[in-house]
Formats: sequence, structure tokens, C-alpha cells
Amino acid sequence: MPSSPALPGAAVVVRGLVKRYGDRAVVDGLSLEAAPGQVTAVLGPNGAGKTTTIECCEGLRAPDEGTVHVLGLDPRTDAAALRPRVGVMLQDGGLPTGVRAVEMLRHVAAMYARPRDVAELVERLGLASFARTTVRRLSGGQRQRLALAAAVVGRPEVVFLDEPSAGMDPQSRLAVWELVHELRADGVAIVLTTHLMDEAEQLADVVHVVDHGSVIASGTVPDLLASSGTPDGETSVRFEAPAGLPLDGLSSALGAAGAGTGPRWTVAEPRPGSYVVTGPADPAAVAALTAWLADRDALVSSLTVGRRTLEDVFLDLTGRHLR
Amino acid sequence: MTSTPAPTTPHPSGAAPAWRRVAAQAAFETRMILRNGEQLLVTVALPVILLVGLVQTHVVSLDTEGATRVDFVTPGVLALAVMSTAFTSQAIATAFDRRNGVLRLLATTPLGRGGLLAGKVLGVLAVEVVQIVVIAGVALAMGWRPDVAGVPAALGAALLGTAAFTSLALLLAGVLRAEGVLAVANLVLVLLVVGGGILVPAGRLAGPLAHLAVLLPSGALGEAMRGALLGHGVPAFSVVVLLGWTAAFGWGAARLFRWH
Repeated sequence: MPSSPALPGAAVVVRGLVKRYGDRAVVDGLSLEAAPGQVTAVLGPNGAGKTTTIECCEGLRAPDEGTVHVLGLDPRTDAAALRPRVGVMLQDGGLPTGVRAVEMLRHVAAMYARPRDVAELVERLGLASFARTTVRRLSGGQRQRLALAAAVVGRPEVVFLDEPSAGMDPQSRLAVWELVHELRADGVAIVLTTHLMDEAEQLADVVHVVDHGSVIASGTVPDLLASSGTPDGETSVRFEAPAGLPLDGLSSALGAAGAGTGPRWTVAEPRPGSYVVTGPADPAAVAALTAWLADRDALVSSLTVGRRTLEDVFLDLTGRHLR
Repeated sequence: MTSTPAPTTPHPSGAAPAWRRVAAQAAFETRMILRNGEQLLVTVALPVILLVGLVQTHVVSLDTEGATRVDFVTPGVLALAVMSTAFTSQAIATAFDRRNGVLRLLATTPLGRGGLLAGKVLGVLAVEVVQIVVIAGVALAMGWRPDVAGVPAALGAALLGTAAFTSLALLLAGVLRAEGVLAVANLVLVLLVVGGGILVPAGRLAGPLAHLAVLLPSGALGEAMRGALLGHGVPAFSVVVLLGWTAAFGWGAARLFRWH
């Protein structure tokens, strides 16, 4: 893959990565970079190649083609030098199940010369309530928090987090996000994979959208929101109402009401009962929308007027079909 | 880029010394085995029950070649204990650790793959020390009088047997699914106890098994332990057999072990 010059001081540089399982290329010419003091999100649908890419960065898999450098080192050949400087949280946890949570954390801490204070980390991530519980009995969210603690206990310079918020309750997610912000402020390069849009929007400085094994869009969240889809002056209006409304006449009803002329409105019901209309939304258009709904005796349970979200961009880029 | 330049905080990261990492892993492995009920049953309770059963009852008639029953049975029980820890218990633990991603996670810490392997072997040896102390204690209480001069040779044989059986455990654990390993490791243990020349000397087995068992790692370990502790000396043939199996299983594990 033609390569742009690396970010000065980039912590992770992946160039033209290819990884095949059998004759299927799961990662196919993927390139990305991650900088110190930034959160880099690798966003993509299931099966896009996110985890395989991260595992190549962690030295757990050998690339078939392309290069991977972490802190300027090769994760396969310089593994011994790299391991003390890199923290890893695997998607499937990788926690031994037969020990208590805090024993597991102490054990990982023992691998480092100057680990973080285990007690402080237990407090920080709210692990105290289950510190003496066997890992086998922890909930999904508790295991995730423990795995995150294990990833950062060695004071890493680069942290790879594979789906860090999977299975977490909202409180846990907030605690994790706070810790990620703190690591970023300390200059750590954080690379996380996620398929959660709000996580990428909340956390990421840079987002790489991955599909079918390669990066199809990169940039900051505002960049991505601005670059694709909605032309200037268009706004999405989302509303919740009874499912299955006949939307045929809505577009022209809105067009007649607003300043815009012609069929500039798009109308969709992406999920039953959840509608998105996009166009030159102004007060008159919103009034016309609610009047149209009132004519059909449909009560609106929520209505928001606002910009597109990362989810819209993502669905535009990767398509809406299930896989 | 919208983010502010990162402050360049020093990261005092670095690995703990290698011996400390391996010692921590060995202690961790040992604790996990000794705390697991099923593992304790196979590694400690089963050999002790066999020992007491074979010595105190005459359900199984034994030709002890002039030795007392306890002198004759104890070396084989010690060999069985080594096999249960180095093979069955280690194969099952490693297989489930592999399935659950534990091996991969630990391999990304400064411990690395080599340290993980060293920790596992030391953990096996630590559990064997516990087994030997318990079994020897029970045997001595029942009147066991081993040939003291043969004790170093017996420990050497136990180490060789550990090497062969741990290699086999890693080969199985790295190739088969965890559920498959659970079944195979237990089945092989039972088969080797019944017909593998570990408790009953190979020469005493029926028909072709008598010739086959001396070639098995179980038969070789059994013969070596009996030879050392009954005062006949360790047969050189048994040492060669154990070294051969160690090389073969070790080569297979190194080649075929899959981390994912």
C-alpha cells in the first residue's frame, strides 16, 4: 500500500498489513497510525478484521504481508523489549478463572519492575467489592474492568484495548472512560477497537473506520461527520412514534411547508418506530412534521433535531445489511 | 489533529527480573492446582487411596518378589503421582487456559512464552514435592523402608518422567480442543494405570502388553522408580525410553502447539 510519511513520534505504525486465515484475507492492506497522548479508535462491524489487526500489533499473530511497528520496534522480533512497555486487554479476557480477582491483578503486577499501586487501581476501577471473588464468578463487566486493570498495571506507554466496554454497565463504562482519559493525559498511546459509536465519539481523538480488512475512512470525529453524507444546511430530525407509519406523503408535506422547494427531504424508518427525516429543517418544517403526525393520530414519544451522528456516517460507509 | 501535544511524562516501565517473573508464575500455577478440588482428587487423593488399598487389602494379589507389599507398591504409586500431575492435570489446565485466552494474555506481559513454560514446569515440580511428601509419609507410616541409596536415582527418574509427561501434556493441550483434552487425558491416565506398567511391573502384564509397556513412558517410569527404591538400580533401558519420549513429545509440542 502506498504509504504516507509516518506521524512524527507515532507510537504504532501499521503499513499494508495482510493476514490470511486459509485463503481468506481477514486483514487486507490495512494501514493506520496511533500517536502518544491520543486515543485512536478502530471502528468497524464484526468480522471487519479489527481484532486480528490488534493481535498483530500485540505480537500474538505474525503478519503475512506488510509491517507493524510499536514504539519503533517489531512486535515479533523485539518482543522481549516491547512487552514491558505495552499493555493488552484481550477481547475474550484471558483471565485465569480459578483465582481471586485481586490475586490475578497482583500476579500481573509482579511481572513489572515498578508496577502501579494495586490497591490504588482497585479503588480507581471500583474492583474492591469483588476483589476477593473468584474470577469464575465475576460478571462480564467486572471481568472487563479487571482485564483493564491488568492492562495498565505495568505503566505501559502503549495500551491496546479490544472491545473494552463489551458487557459493561453504564457505571463501569464511565469508570473505564475516565481511566482512558487519564492515561491519555499522561501521554499514553491508546488504541481501542469498538463497534460502539458512542464510545468512539466520546473517547477517540482519531477514528479509523475498518471494513473488509482495510481502513475505509480516517479522521477526527468532527472530520468524519463533516466529510461524508449530509450536504450543508441539512439536518436530521429523529423521532419515535408508532411503527409502520405510511411515509409516502411525508416528504412532500415537509417540502411544501419549508423554505426549500422540491423533494429535498429524505425519510426513513431504520428501526420499527424510530424515524429519521433529513433535509433543511427549520421551525416551519418541524411544525409541519408534527401536524402530519397529528393528522394520522400518531403520538410522538420523542423528537430531536440535530446533526448526524457517527452511527450515520458508519452506516453510510459500511452499508446497512446485517452480516 | 485536534488534541493538544502530549506532556512527556516519563514512563518508568520495565520488566521485573526474569527469575522473579518465573517464580511468580510457578507460585501462581501451584496455587491454582492445589486449590482446585478435582485436580487435588486426581493428583493427591487417588494415589493415596490406591496406596492404602493395595497395601492394606489383599483384593489384588501381588507377587512382590520377596519384598514387603508396601515396599513393592510405593514406588509405582509415586510414579503414578508424577504422571497424574505432569500429564493429566497439566494437560487439562493448559488446555482450558489456552481456550480462555490466559496463555495469550500472559504471553503479552513481560513473562512471555518462555517464562510461562518455565513457570508451568516449576509449578508441576512444586506440586510433585507436595505429592511425594504426602505419599511417602503415608507409606512410611505403613512400614515402607526404601533403599535410601536409591533415593537420588528415584528423584532423577521422577524428573525425567516429568519432562516426558509434561511434553505430552503440552502437545495434547496445544492441539486438541479443551473438552477433547479433558476426555483424552483422563482416559490415557486410566489406560496407563491398568495396562501401562506403572503400578504393576510390565513383565507381569498379559501377552503382548508385557513387551509393549516397557516401551511406554509409564512403564519406563514405573520400572525406574521400582529399580531405584527396591535397590536393584535404575535400568538404563528405562532412561533411554524416557529420554526418547521427551524428545519426541517436546519436538511435537514445539512444532504443533497453537496459541489460539
